[in-house]
Amino acid sequence: MHEWALAEGIVSTALRVADQEGLEEITEINVRIGELQQIEHDVFTFALEQLRKGKAENAKFILESTPGKLRCRVCGEEWEFSPGNLQEDVSEAIHFIPEMAHVYITCPSCDSPDFEVMEGRGVTIASIKGLKRDD
Amino acid sequence: MTDPRLEIIGHRLSGVKRIIAVSSGKGGVGKSVVATTLALALKEGGFQVGLLDLDFTSPSTHVILGVEGLYPEEEYGIKPPQAYGMSYMSITYYALDKPAPLRGADVSDAIIEMMAITRWEQLDFLIIDMPPGMGDATLDMVRLVKEIGFIVVSTPSRLAYETVRKQLILLSRLRVPVLGVIENMVMNPSSFIRGQVEKEGASYLGEIGYDGSLEDALGDIEKLKATKFYKAISEISESLG
Repeated sequence: MHEWALAEGIVSTALRVADQEGLEEITEINVRIGELQQIEHDVFTFALEQLRKGKAENAKFILESTPGKLRCRVCGEEWEFSPGNLQEDVSEAIHFIPEMAHVYITCPSCDSPDFEVMEGRGVTIASIKGLKRDD
Repeated sequence: MTDPRLEIIGHRLSGVKRIIAVSSGKGGVGKSVVATTLALALKEGGFQVGLLDLDFTSPSTHVILGVEGLYPEEEYGIKPPQAYGMSYMSITYYALDKPAPLRGADVSDAIIEMMAITRWEQLDFLIIDMPPGMGDATLDMVRLVKEIGFIVVSTPSRLAYETVRKQLILLSRLRVPVLGVIENMVMNPSSFIRGQVEKEGASYLGEIGYDGSLEDALGDIEKLKATKFYKAISEISESLG
């Protein structure tokens, strides 16, 4: 249920942005989910729906997965994160703190742990749509 | 793109009355032992205490406490396990005993993640063992935790104090409260550090004599509590309660 904690952040942030932007109602929240974090979409959606309130009461959540793209800083090799090959405890460590990838994953070409996560790290809000009083 | 984690960090810490970062511009001055024993002394003083090891590349509080096999419970986030009656959070739950080669931006992201998902209970004190220096961890904690105060650890050496002085200037510029400076590993009592600290307008919290028995006491709480080091920290902790 770690997804619950991240869902709380999504709802709180959306409500703050709605206030800042003068939205009367939030209609849609687009959430980008990096594959490195291995979020369970069903659990995450359930948490978001349980937590939505106020201006976000009727908001539609659209979740979009972003593949984890990694690039070695030493040899330049680029590869895609693949959770299927990981042991359960390693997978869980990266799920909680995605930077733990640097502890357990190395470049497939030169074996260096010094790589960059170019895309697909964690959970971010890509966009929020809503209605203003004039709309 | 908006980072939803930043929004909830304040909420995660809302049940904590005082947050104290134990820090030093320089490594090797004993700040992890100071942070850990300070947490233990406050616990012994009857307070509800949390200890957070934020030194992600070189965590050591678990060695000082001698704890093994702890793991956080997953409950709407993560709930720190208990160690000697304290809520205790460390990156070692996830990195185990392996090297964590993290660049600055990764350290920053890992700190934000941990602060966003860790559900601290009601605490009188949260003691944070900071990594040395004035880099990402210090700047992030100042940015993310509005109520934070710093204790800065120095040694009698001018080499250590040179960086501590800069840290005091930085924290003052950032308008972050500095509770004071602890002078550790004192072998020949001198008023040099006290004078320098007071010249910077900071409080001198006290000195801790070099304690040769400390190394042997690491990992054994009862031995640790019997050291002169612990006694000195206990006295300093009374001024914080």
